[in-house]
Formats: sequence, structure tokens, C-alpha cells
Amino acid sequence: MNIRELRKVYLREEKTTFCPGCGYEIFINCFLRAVEKLGKKLDDYTFTAGIGCSAWVPNNYFRADNFHTAHGRAIPAAIGLKLANPDLEVVTIGGDGDIASIGGNHLIHAIRKNVSIAVFCLNNFIYGMTGGQVGPTTPLKSKTSTTTEGNLEEPFDLVRLVLSVGGKHASRYPTSYPHLLVKGVENMLLSPDFRFMEVVSQCPRQYGLRNEIPTASSMLAWQKRHYVSKEKARALNSGELEGRIVFGDFRSLKEYLGFLPEEE
Amino acid sequence: MQHRISIDHLLCRGCNLCLEVCPKEIFQDSAVIGSGGFRLKQVVSPEKCTGCGLCELCCPGAISLDCLPDEVFATILAGRESRRTQSQSRGGWKEVKSLLQPGRYFMTGNDAIVEAALAAGCRFFSGYPITPANEILEGMARRLKEVDGKFIQAEDEIASIFMVLGASWAGLKALTATAGPGFALMQEGLSLADMAEVPCVVINVQRAGPSTGQATRPAAMDMREARYGSHGGVERIVLYPESVQEVLDLTIEAFNLAERFRTPVILLSDGYLSHLSEKVELSEHIRVYDRIYVPGKPAFGPTPDFSAPSMPRFGDGENVGVTGSTHDRFGKRATADPSVQESLVFHLDRKILEHREELTDCEELFLEDAETAVVAFGTVGRSAKWAVKEARRLGEPVGLLRPRIVYPFPSRRVRELAGAVRKFVVPEMNQGQMFHVVSEKVSREVVSLPQPNGQIIDPRRILRYLIEGVW
Repeated sequence: MNIRELRKVYLREEKTTFCPGCGYEIFINCFLRAVEKLGKKLDDYTFTAGIGCSAWVPNNYFRADNFHTAHGRAIPAAIGLKLANPDLEVVTIGGDGDIASIGGNHLIHAIRKNVSIAVFCLNNFIYGMTGGQVGPTTPLKSKTSTTTEGNLEEPFDLVRLVLSVGGKHASRYPTSYPHLLVKGVENMLLSPDFRFMEVVSQCPRQYGLRNEIPTASSMLAWQKRHYVSKEKARALNSGELEGRIVFGDFRSLKEYLGFLPEEE
Repeated sequence: MQHRISIDHLLCRGCNLCLEVCPKEIFQDSAVIGSGGFRLKQVVSPEKCTGCGLCELCCPGAISLDCLPDEVFATILAGRESRRTQSQSRGGWKEVKSLLQPGRYFMTGNDAIVEAALAAGCRFFSGYPITPANEILEGMARRLKEVDGKFIQAEDEIASIFMVLGASWAGLKALTATAGPGFALMQEGLSLADMAEVPCVVINVQRAGPSTGQATRPAAMDMREARYGSHGGVERIVLYPESVQEVLDLTIEAFNLAERFRTPVILLSDGYLSHLSEKVELSEHIRVYDRIYVPGKPAFGPTPDFSAPSMPRFGDGENVGVTGSTHDRFGKRATADPSVQESLVFHLDRKILEHREELTDCEELFLEDAETAVVAFGTVGRSAKWAVKEARRLGEPVGLLRPRIVYPFPSRRVRELAGAVRKFVVPEMNQGQMFHVVSEKVSREVVSLPQPNGQIIDPRRILRYLIEGVW
């Protein structure tokens, strides 16, 4: 099936309410494609979501069992589902505020417990639905509605966070590389451990407009300048890696740290 | 191979990503401005297309690249509807055998909760350590293993309640137990349980507060919180037993009510009842209720007869969308429609209130000719019972009303009594929480007898009030 057909089959509505150029559309498409490539159907999976734009992905649109919980609580609900019925393939889809701020404690404990769920954190660097406030992944100096002169707080590196508390499968894919994102989603759905993916996504309306990358196209170009796959990163020297973020699947903190500039 | 590309202008948002991502630059703005206020996209030189699919992966469904033949796609579309795995209805009353040997046992209130929960069919527990509820957590950890149930100690009470809600949608009867501050943390999840109609049981072993207060001491300081603590404030079923035997019976009842009404049920205990050891009688057969599931039926209210809607499990293939946002009977969000919001909230209230009569469960003593009615709950009710009996022996015309089901509050019974008695007396291990509830129901004199000192109320203190009028 092409994407249009996959959406007709698996989404409850053909027309979504996401803003023009929203990266979550790319995530939806890549997710559906990955499910198809695995020979599965969307409703072979059950979903949990928190609150925010990310929650609309499964709850409003995915034609599958799904539980739209409260803000940050998608992971505990997923653990409840998985533990109560281990036959369910449980997928959590949340935002950066959802998973890393209000639900941050649930995230690290789910990793520690190594519950077999797949957590997708759709990171758009900002609280989009509530009007563009600073979040736990907002880059330094970025302007948001609550940091009008620039963000002063160091953002979380979510992949590093997950691996450093014992995560066995942490990945990061930007929406600007949809084919790689599809492959990453496939790996996520196949893995038996707790697995985590940071989907670096664009929010042109709330983040881009405030930070001089006001269109979806310019945000994808911005992603391509700043994000480099781990395969390509291997060929780069530390100078060339400076200021760039590596993406791909990572299985240990040691592997991931190999791509980071050495710390003093 | 020549690829076929088309654009559905109704679905195009004008984000221009197709123009950006296509390596062959086969998309362009046309001269036509569409109803969205942006230039419609057009495909130029489609022969250059390599079918890489980047355009469709970035597009909100407007671009169609190489469609399947209509009849093939129609078969796929038809196939998605038949995913229901269960064609049999399930649920309702059944009789089960007690897990423990029937007979007499000597156990604590907390242990009774564990045994009763298992007997009622509870197979999932998630909790976090907190005094004085710890023995429930420990007991469930030990006992659930023996019945193939699932136990998990959560990172906090918020996670506990949300794990319970998840487990409930997976089809298990689920329990959590907490106290004071932990109960406050659970209010967020309880509100979701109200809204999404998730059956579960929450034990609140009340202790003296506010805040950490006196964590090991009994109180009844969450009487109002149990009913009104959550945002939204719809009707709740709240039970409060007086003895270990009643803890046992009402815990089973709590599960049955949760399943029947598809609602969270709060069982109140306290720091006294939790650790009190008493004789209990276990019967051989126990009546339990399992939530009703009818394939294909809408999973949410409002229902025409104020009954609980059918509840599928995740995995039944109903593709149910569960949400704490306002939703219609099929779970579809309706977050701006006033009529859906109002009818849903009324449904949540009325599915309980319409069954108010059967949800009235009171112990009554000497009320036929009483001039003073003592209204007391749980542990205090037990003290009050002794005091009322003694006062009667001394010739005082007093009686006792002890609602086992605190909410929905037995308003009709209290109003009936108001026609017969001269005054109501409400002794409580708090500053007068239920006094207000009784007061707003009747126009008779209502006297508050508060004792928020972290001690159970000495029956002799109540007796002294009944005889001498001194508190």
C-alpha cells in the first residue's frame, strides 16, 4: 500500500488536525510504513499516550486499542497493560514534556524495570499545544513563550539519559530522514527489551516561528545541518562532529559516548 | 517503471515539504490559490520520479504514489472491520469458591483486604510503600504469586494508579492501596478512572493529617477527599467498614460494585482498622461480578438506562479508544461540544445515583423510637454502637445510623429520620467533615463531635456526650 492507502486503512480520519508541516505527520506515515514492512497490522499493537499534540497521534487517529491517559502517565499505563497481558504489544507515544518532564520519573523507572514496551518520544523541543512554552529538551538560547530572551537551562540528551540508567535500546531519528526513521521504528517494534526512540520532530508553528526557522522546510534543513547518522559520524573527526547530534540505534552508553566530544 | 503520482488538494495543507524533499524536484507551486489560501501543488515531469517515496512519507496524506488497483484496496478496507476476536458476550454474576479453606480466621484488617481482593477475583496490584497500608502491598506481593496474578511495586502512587488503570483495560480486576499523601497523588488517575469508566478499587487507609501528620495514627480525615478530591467531582462509590469481618465483606463488595458500575470504588480504612486483629468467618462460596462485555456494543456512556456500558479488553479487537477527554459513546473525542460534555457528566453521576436505593447500606440500631440519631462511619461507628447501646440501657432515647456505603450518601434515609428524631449527632475522627454532609441534608439540629487527635474515639466519650451533653 502507499501511504495514502495505509492512512485510509489505519487512521480513523483521513484529515488530521495537526498544523501544516507538523513532523508528527511524518512520524505517523513512517510508523504505518514500518508496521506494514513487518507484515503486521496496526491493531496488532496497543497504544498508550499522555497529553499534548503527540497524544493525538494514537488516540484520535490510530484505529487500534489505545489509552489516552493523563499528562506524563502513558508509561505506567503501558506497564499495567503489558504486565496484565504479556501477549499485548504495547507502544507508548508521548511528547518531550510528557515523557521527559512530567513523566520523567516513570521513564527512568520503566527502564530500570526493563518492561517490554516501546516508547516513542516525539520531541518537538517545545510545549506545542499549550502555546509554545520551554520544555526539557528545548535547546539552549531558544526562544519560547516562557523564555522570551532565550532558554537558560541545559536540555536533556534523551538518548544519553536512557542509556545511562541502563537502557538496552535507545534510538534517535529526525523526521528529515524518513526512510531511516522507518527502519528505526521497525527495530523498535522488534526489540524484546524496554526500548526508546527520540523522534526529533519539527514544530514550525510554535518553535520554528520563534527561532528564525519558520517553515517546515527550513526546519528540516536545520535538522539536516545539525543531525548526522552514526554511520556517517564514524567518518567524521571530532572537529567536524562539533555541534552536531548523532542519530541511529544505540545499544549501550559506551557506544553512544563514542560519538560525543570528550568531556573535560 | 513509470510512477503515478496524484495530489488530493482537499488534504494538502500547503506545507511545501514535497517541494523540499523531492530529490528530482517534480513538485511545483501552481498558479492556482486554493481555499486554504496557499498555492495548489502540481506534479511536473512525473517521468523523473524514482518512486523513492520521500514525498508521501512527509505528506499528510495528500500525495498518492502508485495506488493499488481499486478492487484490491477495497478488499483490504473490508478486511479491517473483521478484527473482533471474541464473539461471545461475557460477564455478570457468578459464584466462586473461596481460595482459603472456609472457616474461622484471626487476621488484621490489612490482611483481610488481601484475602478478600483475591477472593473477589483481583489479579493485579500496583502500589507504593506507605504507612499504615504497607501490609496490603506486602500481602499482595506474596499472595498474587500463588494465584498467577501480577504484582508490581511502582515508583510512586501516581504510577500505581495508572498501572492499575492499564491493567483494568487489559481485563484484570486491579487494586491499589495507599494512605494520606499517596491518596492525594492518586486523585489525577482517579479522575481519569471516573471519566473513562475504568473499574478499579483503591484502598485508603486513613491516617492523621494534614500532610504527614501522624502517619501511624488513625483518623477519618479523607472522608470528603474520597468523594470530592478529584477534579471534575462526579459521583463516587465510597465504603467504610467497622470491623475486620466487614473489611473482608466490603472489599469483595467494592470489587463487585466497581465491575458493575464501571467506576473506581474507594474503600476507606484507617490506622486502627488496618492493624486490628479479629476473628473473621470465611464462607465457602462467594458471589462475584465480572464486567459485562457485549461484542460490538459502544464502550462508553451515556447509556439509555444509566447502566454501565460494555467493556472490551485491549486485544479483543474492538479497537477501542479510551480517553480522559470528553468523548462520545464510541470513545471519539468531542472536546468542544457542550452537549456531549454535559450528557457524559450526567451519565457518570446518574449511573450511580439512579441506583441509589440499592447503594444504600446502613446498619441501624434503635432508630424506631430514637430522639437523637448518632450518624457515624467505620471505626467511629463501632465506638458509637457501644455508646448507643449503653445509653439505651440507661434509658436515653438514642439510635445509630452507620452507613457502610458512605457515598452515594444515604440522603433519603437521613431525611426520613429527620422527620422522627430531634437531633443528629456526628462523632468523627476529624474536624467535622461528615457533619457538613448531614447538615446539608436535614433542617434538624446537627451536632458535630470532632476528635482530630489521631486516636480512635473512646466509646465512653460518646456515651458521656449522650448522657451529659458534654464533649
